[in-house]
Amino acid sequence: MTTLGDIYSVFWVDLRNMRRHWKATIATSLVLPLLYLVAFGYGLGRGVNVGDLDYLSFVIPGIVGLTAFSTSFNGAASKLHVDKFFYKSFDELLMSPVRSHSIIIGKSLIGVVRGSISAIAIYLVGLILAPTLLISPIFFLMLLLSCFVFSLFGVLIALVVHTHHGMGNFTTLVILPMTFLCGTFFSLDQLPAVAKAVLYFLPLTHSANLLRATVLGLSFPWLSFVGLLIFGVAFFIGCMVALKRSSV
Amino acid sequence: MQDYIYTENLCKNYGSVKAINNLNLNVRAGEIFGFLGPNGAGKTTTIRVLTTLTRPTSGYVSVGGYDIRDEIDKVKKVIGVVQQHLSLDRDLTVRENMEFHARIQHLSSSKRKQRITELLEYVELTEYADKMIDMLSGGMKKKASIVCSLLHEPKLLFLDEPTVGLDAQARRRLWDLVRRLNKDGTTIFLTTHYIEEAEVLCDRVGIMHHGQLIAVDDPANLREKVGSIVVETLVDNKDTHYQFFANREVATNYVKRLPSEVKTVIIRESNLEDVFIEQTGEKVGDP
Repeated sequence: MTTLGDIYSVFWVDLRNMRRHWKATIATSLVLPLLYLVAFGYGLGRGVNVGDLDYLSFVIPGIVGLTAFSTSFNGAASKLHVDKFFYKSFDELLMSPVRSHSIIIGKSLIGVVRGSISAIAIYLVGLILAPTLLISPIFFLMLLLSCFVFSLFGVLIALVVHTHHGMGNFTTLVILPMTFLCGTFFSLDQLPAVAKAVLYFLPLTHSANLLRATVLGLSFPWLSFVGLLIFGVAFFIGCMVALKRSSV
Repeated sequence: MQDYIYTENLCKNYGSVKAINNLNLNVRAGEIFGFLGPNGAGKTTTIRVLTTLTRPTSGYVSVGGYDIRDEIDKVKKVIGVVQQHLSLDRDLTVRENMEFHARIQHLSSSKRKQRITELLEYVELTEYADKMIDMLSGGMKKKASIVCSLLHEPKLLFLDEPTVGLDAQARRRLWDLVRRLNKDGTTIFLTTHYIEEAEVLCDRVGIMHHGQLIAVDDPANLREKVGSIVVETLVDNKDTHYQFFANREVATNYVKRLPSEVKTVIIRESNLEDVFIEQTGEKVGDP
C-alpha cells in the first residue's frame, strides 16, 4: 500500500462521517463568518476606507481567511479529539501498519475539506457584496495551502492537549484572539512596530496577506508565502514528535 | 511449541514508578492465555507494550516471532486487538467500521469485501451490518469490535476484558466465539476480572502483581499448588479466613480441631479466585 493509499484510508473514515452530517457541519461553520461579514463589512465598515480600498473589499478576504482558519482548525482538531477521547478509535490507527506521516496528513484532510467549503462559500457571498474582487486560481491555491496549514495546527493541538477542557481553553485563549488580530479586520500597518512584529509570528497573518493580495490583484507577498510554508512544516514536525511521544 | 509472545526481563518505568518490573512471560502458539491481576498490577501497561502502543524501557519482547523494537511493522500485521472500551466509530455502521479497519490493514478491495462478508456471517451479524454502532446491544458491539480486529487474519488476538458489562447470556455467547476462534487457529491473550471466565476459557493463566508475574500455569495446577480444598471460617462475624489443604480428609480434621467460637465454616474445592487471593493478598478487581 502506498503512502497515498494510507492517507486516503485515514481520510476515508472522516469523510464518511462528514457525509452523514454535512448539512449541519457546513451550516454551523458559516454562521459566525456571515455575522462578521454583515456586522463589520456591511454595517460598521460602510463608508470606511483602508488606504485606497473600500473597507468591504478589504475585510472580505480577511473573513475568508479567518473562516478557513477556524473551520480547518476545528474540523481537524475536534474530530481527532473525539477519536482519541470519546470513540477511542485513534489507538486502532496507532496499532495498524499505517505510518505516522500518513496518519497526520490523513487526519488533517477533513479540516482542509471543511475549511475550503466554508471559506469558498463566504468568498462567493463576498463576490456578491463586492463585485470588484477577483476570481483567480492562485487565490484558490493559497486558500488550500492555508487550510492545510491550519488543519495541521489542529491535529497538533489535538495530539498534545489531553482534556476536553484544555481544548476549550486553547480555542478561547489562542484561536479566538488570532481570528481578530491577524490582519483580518484591520490593517497591521495601523499597529506599533512591536505589535506588528509579534503578529507576523502567527500563521493567520500570512494567510490573510496571501488571500487579500490574490483576491485584490496586489503584488504577491512572497514573505507571507514562505512564512506560511514554514508554519506548515513546523506543525507537521510537531505532530510527528507528539505521535512519537504518545508511545513513550 | 513456538512462543507467540516472549518477554525477557521486560521493564516499563514511568518516572520512579515501575509499572512492569522484570516480566518474563511466554504465550504458546495455539493457546488461550489468561492474564489476571488486581487493578494497578501492570496488566494494561503490559498489553500496551505487547500491542506496540507503548515502548518498553528495557528488556526483550517478541510478538508473533518478531522483535517489537526492530520489526514493529511485522508485529502489527500479526496481532489483532480488542480493547476493553468500545473503540469503534459510533457515527458509522458496522460495515463501515469494518471497511475502515480493512483499509488500514492494507487489504485489497476484493479481499475487503470477501473478509467482511465472511466475518459478518462468522459472528452472525450479517443482518446488522448496515446498522449504526449505537443501535447494537452490548454483546453485538463487542462482536463488531472482534470482527474488526480479525479482518487481516491475525495469528494472535488480544482481548482486554472482553465481557465487561455484558449480561450472562451475552457473556457465554462470547465465550463460545473465543473458543471457536481458538479452535480455528488463533492464539488468544485474554485479560479478565471474571475468575469464572479464566477458569472456563484459558489453557494457562498468569497472575501479575506489582509489575511482576507471580504465578503461571494451567488453572488446575495453580489450584493444586495452593491446595485443592479450602476451608472458609468466619470469626466474630468480621473477617473471613481461608485455609488451604491438599485433600478433603486433612481439611475435615482441621475443622474438627477449630475452637467452638468459630461459628461459620465452609469446606469447598478451591478456585482461581482463591489462588489469586493467596498469591496477591487482594481480590480480583481490588484497587
